Amino acid sequence: MAAIRVDHLHVIRGGVDVLHDLSFEVVSGTVTGLLGPSGSGKSTLLRSLVGVQIVAGGTVTVLGEHAGAASLRRRVAYTTQAPSVYLDLTLRENLSYFARLLDAPRAAVEQAVEAVGLRELSDRPVRTFSGGQLSRASLAAALLGDPEVLVLDEPTVGLDPVLRRDLWATFREIAGKGKTLLVSSHVMDEADRCDRLLLLREGRLLADCTAAELRARTGCDRLDDAFLALVEQA
Amino acid sequence: MSRRATFATALRVLRQLRRDPRTLALLFLVPPLLITLFRYLFDAQPQTFDRVGPPMIGIFPFTTMFVVTSVAMLRERTTGTLERLMTLPLSKLDLLAGYALAFASVATVQAAITSGVAFGLLGLDVQGSVAVVIGLAVCNALLGMALGLFVSAFARTEFQAVQFLPAVVFPQLILCGLLVPRDQMVEALRWISTVLPLTWAYDGLSRAAAGTGGGAILRDVAIVLGAAALALALGATTLRRRTG
Repeated sequence: MAAIRVDHLHVIRGGVDVLHDLSFEVVSGTVTGLLGPSGSGKSTLLRSLVGVQIVAGGTVTVLGEHAGAASLRRRVAYTTQAPSVYLDLTLRENLSYFARLLDAPRAAVEQAVEAVGLRELSDRPVRTFSGGQLSRASLAAALLGDPEVLVLDEPTVGLDPVLRRDLWATFREIAGKGKTLLVSSHVMDEADRCDRLLLLREGRLLADCTAAELRARTGCDRLDDAFLALVEQA
Repeated sequence: MSRRATFATALRVLRQLRRDPRTLALLFLVPPLLITLFRYLFDAQPQTFDRVGPPMIGIFPFTTMFVVTSVAMLRERTTGTLERLMTLPLSKLDLLAGYALAFASVATVQAAITSGVAFGLLGLDVQGSVAVVIGLAVCNALLGMALGLFVSAFARTEFQAVQFLPAVVFPQLILCGLLVPRDQMVEALRWISTVLPLTWAYDGLSRAAAGTGGGAILRDVAIVLGAAALALALGATTLRRRTG
């Protein structure tokens, strides 16, 4: 079953076509990687899925409803590329605020802090966090309220390999509970951790497949090479 | 509209202010210091101090809440927290009401401290009621907040946001009747002052000081709150869920 269905999506920003006629589906209970170089339109696509992007054409359906519908605001979680938390508050104060808006139980705050491995820092102002800690703080906010779909814009950027592995394990665990994750990244080696891949370049989908299919189709073992091969074919 | 979301937002805004003790100190200490300055400036004319003191108490919250709100809302827009809020179950009205609740309570404390100093220590004397002065101060705070929210949509940086103070607040201060009584202004300026909301706030405050015109004060309050509601409605249109 498709948790997300995108049909002929067309987005114009500042008079320039950013997304051209995109169509794809994201299957429920999977981790899908949205990969592509910076500037390829990943963030614009994710913004369209959560209903904060003005779209020029096409339809986006999430959990059977129009993207951005008020009823989806409890069911779909989103993190932007910027760490969208209040820098002057502590992590726990940030999370309690978002939890209260979502009407999530108090225990959800502790679970989210635990899931992103920030227990020791949870009573420190977020301003004092490093870049990687900030993006984990932002991710923790998205875990509140038990969302069915998580749309995460580059959540692992700038993290050390151990943390990245742990976060991908968390994503896997969430997907195991039947939730759907769409995770963007510009690091091709994260593709191997995803059930399916969407490869975006200059606002067009180059591929919608698994990592194994991508290797088979291009004859390249390294996914970076496979991406190059696809660009040349196109 | 959800009461839970409104109170959660007000609490969050107050927590942010508490994390910034320097701003809090400036908010609560500068107005009493300035009113003390006025007291000694008019040492030889106590009746002038009695005339301008109450309007000053009421106008401080207008200015400070304008600046605080425009910077706070600009930060929400530029750090991405507003975009996150727009994907959460929070209506724009909850967000605005939360801000209004938080800043109205700060303004109440600010006006109470300034009044305490002015009436208790500096011997300021009003014919009307001190409570009316504080009430008008809170109305002015809401007006300042609403205007600050609205102009924050037109600022890209905090430098720009702060520059809206001389652009939006100073003309209202100059024309409200504090410097020159309105009936002595040239006609064009008097007309302009009529449509500026702070004029009516000043009118209410000076009536409260003189102890005249209960009904006129109610009219002034209605005009100030009406203008605040209008600015808030305009500000709400700048909070867009979908952006380009």
